[in-house]
Amino acid sequence: MSHSPQRRSPPDIAAGRVSADGLRANFSDLHPPLTAHEAVVEADRCYFCYDAPCVQACPTGIDIPLFIRQIQTGLPQSAAETIFEANILGGMCARVCPTETLCEEVCVREVAEGKPVKIGELQRHATDRLIETGEHPFERAPETGRRVAVVGAGPAGLSCAHRLAVNGHAVTLFDARDKLGGLNEYGIAAYKATEEFARREVEFVLSIGGIEVRTGTALGRDIHLGDLVRDYDGVFLGLGLGAVNALAAEGADHGESRDAVAWIADLRQTRDLAELPIGRRVVVIGGGMTAIDAAIQAKALGAEEVTIAYRRGQEAMNASAYEQELAQTRGVTIRTNLQPRRVVVEDGSVRAIELERTRLDADGRLAATGEIVTIEADQVFKAIGQAFVPEGCSGGEGEGLALEGGRIRVDASRRTSRAGIWAGGDCVAGGEDLTVTAVEDGKIAANDIHAALSAGQQQAAE
Amino acid sequence: MADLSTNFIGIRSPNPFWLASAPPTDKEYNVRRAFEAGWGGVVWKTLGQDPAVVNVNGPRYGAIHGAGRRLLGFNNIELITDRSLETNLAEIERVKRDYPDHAVVVSLMVPCEEEAWKAILPRVEATGADGLELNFGCPHGMSERGMGSAVGQVPEYIEMVTRWCKTHSRLPVIVKLTPNITDIRFPARAAKAGGADAVSLINTISSIVSIDLDNFAPQPSIDGKGSHGGYCGPAVKPIALNMTAEIARDPQTAGIPISGIGGVTTWRDAAEFIALGCGTVQVCTAAMTYGFRVVEEMKAGLARWMDEKGYASIEDFRGRAAPNVTDWQYLNLNYVTKARIDQDKCISCGRCHIACEDTSHQAITAMKDGRRHFEVIDEECVGCNLCVEVCPVEDCITMERISGTDPRTGKAIPETYANWTQHPNNPSAAERLQFAPEPVVADAAE
Repeated sequence: MSHSPQRRSPPDIAAGRVSADGLRANFSDLHPPLTAHEAVVEADRCYFCYDAPCVQACPTGIDIPLFIRQIQTGLPQSAAETIFEANILGGMCARVCPTETLCEEVCVREVAEGKPVKIGELQRHATDRLIETGEHPFERAPETGRRVAVVGAGPAGLSCAHRLAVNGHAVTLFDARDKLGGLNEYGIAAYKATEEFARREVEFVLSIGGIEVRTGTALGRDIHLGDLVRDYDGVFLGLGLGAVNALAAEGADHGESRDAVAWIADLRQTRDLAELPIGRRVVVIGGGMTAIDAAIQAKALGAEEVTIAYRRGQEAMNASAYEQELAQTRGVTIRTNLQPRRVVVEDGSVRAIELERTRLDADGRLAATGEIVTIEADQVFKAIGQAFVPEGCSGGEGEGLALEGGRIRVDASRRTSRAGIWAGGDCVAGGEDLTVTAVEDGKIAANDIHAALSAGQQQAAE
Repeated sequence: MADLSTNFIGIRSPNPFWLASAPPTDKEYNVRRAFEAGWGGVVWKTLGQDPAVVNVNGPRYGAIHGAGRRLLGFNNIELITDRSLETNLAEIERVKRDYPDHAVVVSLMVPCEEEAWKAILPRVEATGADGLELNFGCPHGMSERGMGSAVGQVPEYIEMVTRWCKTHSRLPVIVKLTPNITDIRFPARAAKAGGADAVSLINTISSIVSIDLDNFAPQPSIDGKGSHGGYCGPAVKPIALNMTAEIARDPQTAGIPISGIGGVTTWRDAAEFIALGCGTVQVCTAAMTYGFRVVEEMKAGLARWMDEKGYASIEDFRGRAAPNVTDWQYLNLNYVTKARIDQDKCISCGRCHIACEDTSHQAITAMKDGRRHFEVIDEECVGCNLCVEVCPVEDCITMERISGTDPRTGKAIPETYANWTQHPNNPSAAERLQFAPEPVVADAAE
């Protein structure tokens, strides 16, 4: 792949590389939904384990054996209720959870036969059945008269808002963007949440009632923490990660050397994918899920050569083996032990990226070797991690929120350092940056907020 | 290669696998296909008097399914043949002529009048068929008309009709018994008293397999109503084995030839029936589920197993299990076992633990040193086998006999045999004064 600069082919970034049919196929559901027959056959495989390892592995603790048994006995909607009781975003989690490293990794049938029960697909089967009815499975408790502000309508915020609403509290849900859903709407790979599932799921969550939505409202700009604390009985922050890590390489700020997260957001919001330009040769820098998602979607748009370049060895990649294989079977080349040195820009266009080969030294630390590898590229996507933007978290009277490792510090109940403020999802320290862990954060925080408000109620009554 | 051929009350067949009297043997077409597929014999679908009966025109069958809709129990409300006697007899004659080495037994059911039997018997004999099977078993439909199980439930009738058949026909007579009675030994004794050459069992069990919860009707439903049917298939095998054993070890019937019926699905099932003394086995549900080709597996499997065990013929192992069926009171109370979990095979599903913890003896751990770990606590284990049966992995949990001291009781385990008859807790033990040994039953396969 490495040529001398003189012989490089001209820059080539174009839309419409793939026919409409091709795009439909390339962006179709990664796992087509199970038919009722397939679901029952698969459900029959569950052993209804005691203290099931899958439940232990699920960050939201869904009672998986129970919901599978409910599918098996012909009650997929009851199965969905079981799922939603633990995880109101069980529909999206069924699509995006890395089940191969969570519930399905520890399924005893994985141990026994190397073929786990398809828990994720069964969960989708059940949740789809219920969501498509248009009915909401839960009823709100009587109004408590207490008001809670939830800032950020991603998985953590939606989860928190829903549970608070169920408990009878009045929730105001703020989000800086125009659409709710956070990364579910803007970040998940298109082929994992087809048919506007993110939007439909938000509607499903909100149909509990008692949640007032305020979009286009950013913390620190339109609303301020001090005001929220003053005006509401509780505040939950599910702010996500507002920034991407910078790539320390020359030329990395060129327009076609893009942040993969923003590019995926553009892709998700593009009405006609045939109009979205893509390079003929694309290099994605990074080793996580975002890198995989960007690479696969670049390929799906018609990029001819897509390469993921990761600075460590393949075993260190954050993306699961399953995701890596998915990328590879879709024609993405994964190259490891290459760290970016320079994005080659000529005549205003990105032409290539130069990377330096790395290796682990005797102490197991990553060391540069000095050897430079050049990969031709029309576009470079940076997927080297995101960072929390603490703006807006210090406002008002009192102290700002304590951070830890650049993210908000919370305790086990998701309480921040400041009374009356809870936080969860990617913006808090110590998380795994998964949809499902964000949902759990929101749930835990909502339970704690509810407990706090209920205690307050009791005190007031006494 | 083991010889599978059988000679059952003078009826020879190349192997012990017969198709039972049922839909698969209702027509020449089916029976020819069966013989071509390798079945050793058939019992022709039950003949009756003309005019022929009529069947319902809606569903006749219902079923119980296991995982993957594997058919475990099967239920039917079909009557005896609904084709004319003439047609059936002509077909039987043709088939027997073309398949002289295969067993063709004819099942019969006519009203409980001597004249009726006397009239049909010579006509059957004239076909060249090898034997008769008296259908005293069908629990549905025909029983409302005083036939089938209505006869089989009255030992006196069994004896009477059997005697008529022995009087008016030279063919060997097999009496097919209904399980819808309280003690299978009484009808078996009656058959023997009537001169039966053999008994076959079991016929189907009165059953309702399910209720349609939308229409509140039993299934199979006929226009919103349902009638009890006859239950068969793998689910009934344990009942059939027990009844077979009861007859094999009853001093009054021990040794009577038995054709075993009830859930025979694999070679292993057949071997088990034969081990209890059966000379042939009859199959229906397995064929109706998978087609006639299943007999290939049955024959090959039985032959291979016999070769491995060194049995040259069916007679070499027939009846070997019968003497080991005994009364509970004669079981050795000094036989102490403990469950053993093979940790290499364990997949940590925890079913053994929760079954034992919730419903039995709290004898299996769920946790050890803070880790998920399933291990038997010998101090609590009574050796009940529940964990073995709920474990999804074959041979992962086994029962091991222990000697020395039983950790559960803290007492030494005597090496001698001891049973309930002399146990100090047995109120009758004192009256017996001494240990009662297990009675010896006449050789089942005499």
